[in-house]
Amino acid sequence: MPKFYDEMYVDNGGTIRPHYREFEAWLAEQPQDMIAHKRAEADLIFRRVGITFAVYGNDAGTERLIPFDIIPRIITAAEWKKVESGLVQRVKALNMFIHDIYHEQRIIKAGLIPPEQIFANAQYRREMQDVEVNSNIYAHIAGVDIVRAAQGEFYVLEDNLRVPSGVSYMLENRKMMMRLFPELFARHKVAPVAHYPDMLLDNLRSVAPTGVTDPTVVVMTPGMYNSAYFEHAFLAQQMGVELVEGQDLFVDNNVVYMRTTRGPKQVDVIYRRVDDDFLDPLAFRADSSLGVPGLLAAYRAGRVTLTNAIGTGVADDKSIYPYVPDMVKFYLSEEPILNNVPTFQCRRKEDLTYTLDHLSELVVKEVHGAGGYGMLVGPASTREEIENFRQRLLAKPDGYIAQPTLALSACPTFVESGIAPRHIDLRPFVLSGENVAMAPGGLTRVALKEGSLVVNSSQGGGTKDTWILER
Amino acid sequence: MLSRTADHLFWMARYTERAENTARMLDVNVQTSMLPQSAEDAESGWRAILSISELQESFDEKYGLLTARDVIDFMVRDPHNTSSISSCLRQARENARAVRGTLTTEVWETQNATWLEARDKLREHELESDPSRFFEWVKYRSHLSRGVTFGTMLKDEALSFIRLGTFIERADNTARLLDVKYHNAERLTQAERRTRQRNDPEAQSDFYYWAAILRSVSGFEAYRKVYRNVITPERVAEFLILRGDMPRSLLACMDEVVATLNEISNQTSASTERYAGKLHAELRFDRIEDILREGLHDYLTKFLERMFELGNRVSSDFLVPLAT
Repeated sequence: MPKFYDEMYVDNGGTIRPHYREFEAWLAEQPQDMIAHKRAEADLIFRRVGITFAVYGNDAGTERLIPFDIIPRIITAAEWKKVESGLVQRVKALNMFIHDIYHEQRIIKAGLIPPEQIFANAQYRREMQDVEVNSNIYAHIAGVDIVRAAQGEFYVLEDNLRVPSGVSYMLENRKMMMRLFPELFARHKVAPVAHYPDMLLDNLRSVAPTGVTDPTVVVMTPGMYNSAYFEHAFLAQQMGVELVEGQDLFVDNNVVYMRTTRGPKQVDVIYRRVDDDFLDPLAFRADSSLGVPGLLAAYRAGRVTLTNAIGTGVADDKSIYPYVPDMVKFYLSEEPILNNVPTFQCRRKEDLTYTLDHLSELVVKEVHGAGGYGMLVGPASTREEIENFRQRLLAKPDGYIAQPTLALSACPTFVESGIAPRHIDLRPFVLSGENVAMAPGGLTRVALKEGSLVVNSSQGGGTKDTWILER
Repeated sequence: MLSRTADHLFWMARYTERAENTARMLDVNVQTSMLPQSAEDAESGWRAILSISELQESFDEKYGLLTARDVIDFMVRDPHNTSSISSCLRQARENARAVRGTLTTEVWETQNATWLEARDKLREHELESDPSRFFEWVKYRSHLSRGVTFGTMLKDEALSFIRLGTFIERADNTARLLDVKYHNAERLTQAERRTRQRNDPEAQSDFYYWAAILRSVSGFEAYRKVYRNVITPERVAEFLILRGDMPRSLLACMDEVVATLNEISNQTSASTERYAGKLHAELRFDRIEDILREGLHDYLTKFLERMFELGNRVSSDFLVPLAT
């Protein structure tokens, strides 16, 4: 395993980085049992507030806590400024790309992306071809996963443009830290994040269908047994809008209505947290009971806004990811500010050969995978696991990409043995409407198992509060 | 407001109220079972609880022989009995969870914490060692939930549907509680006679019985204040049916139901409002003598049927119509 970047210490346990000094001093003053006590208190509060997530495969209705670590992940203002401008640039380009794909397809004509990469992609929705969407924005809410490698440089690992989740944990983690350690916030100038729901509501209202001046916005959830239900309910409540399920909506004459105690009420903007496939049983999966018959027709007629738009998956697929830097250059004529991780596309013969020869060094991912399932982390795998994966890869090379194993940066974390470094990533939430904006920071996820690089909550990951220090 | 949201709020309130009233009813029986009484009387008291909850059959299927312990177990923790306290608290919490965005944080946290604590308590066998303490706790959590609801919720439609659920359920439960005596043994008219013969030992046990009923609805001191007189069944019946100032009486509940229906009135609800209004008017102008002449049990049975009908009408006018 290559050497990793430690967020707090310059040389693994040696000198403290300046932006962690104040925190370190505070921590040293705290008696050990106080910390244990506060951690137990945090657990209790999360459980009582019901900040839980459901794990698929368990009995319906079982809820778990995502482990919360009380050592914050701190980022300096200067570092964040660069990341932020990189994100704005990247998300702009991604939205232009999606618009282009569903209209003129200039990028394909220019020969930058092979057409089969788009049209044979399961995430490409022909239903969206030549459909006009408000302000040409498709990915109104993007969750971009960023990691930091050995030299401290940032890389984008993944662009989540469909229904990214986690923002409620960003908000609740901050609330929890302020509740547990108010004195810490007196000693640091931490950029606040609590205005995110306001930014989101503003964004959703700004993309209402043309002519609607006072739009009715709703959040649409698959229901209370969905793993992210807490977040859906939380966002609806924070924005003061209705949380609807498919069964609450119906379409009449291309207008979407919700069933209320005072009769039907027209709906203008749907922040949907339901996948494309389940949105409309008439257009997509006929067996979906989560959707609304006729929704796609109403959408195509421009009578309702869906955020995110249908068909954004064509831009966040791992097979499209390698082209994002080219998109930035092509659409914006700018140099990408944020790096992509070098990626081998196994559908290419020479890339496949390289990958097969270096399986023990690489991370290999399914093109359509998510949630940390179905991937191989070469350096952390046994010979047998690698051989098994080799067979899967050979059977369907175009289903995989490979990347060098990045030494994700690590942040001190409370674990059973005390405080030890654990690997982390960062998911900022980028809002696109009339402008591109975001709350400072994002959700920091941490792999709690020693040496593990998989931060997903479904794989035993936890979260931390993320501080952007203001000067 | 979404019809589905209103439906969840309505049922959240009904289940919360039902859990409380079931605890009250069971507690009366635990209390009266401490008085000297024959084994038969004791058994018929527990059987009456099952009978007024219309659960006699499902209990017999499961247990056969009747013991106090089994009835309490069945009415408190049985997950297959949808009216058990544990089921009610779970359903109240599930309904709250479905609309947690509509509730204030405090209301949701109270519902959630009640359910979590109930599970712990039932695991720790507090129920077996000290049932009354457990029932007290259920009541206390219900008070808390009501207090936090009225203390923090916006006075809007959401609150109206919560109130509607609360008072429809409470009216139903008070009527059932009053009818326990009938189910226990149809002897109200004899009881009346005996009460007047002050030295009759049966009359004395009747005193304890009606006093326990009053206590179960937190009405013992209130009764004294209102009547300043000895406890008689007809006065207790009057108190719990016709006194608008008694917060658990049928009239007081219908006062709230009618006022709430007026707040949420929509294009299709006129006939439901009329239906509730008629029932309300009768309670306002009825006299206890007339009710007793007709027969208390018959009166209460009819009342329960009308409340059932009212609940169905509310569902089809405002909520998610009940699947039949």
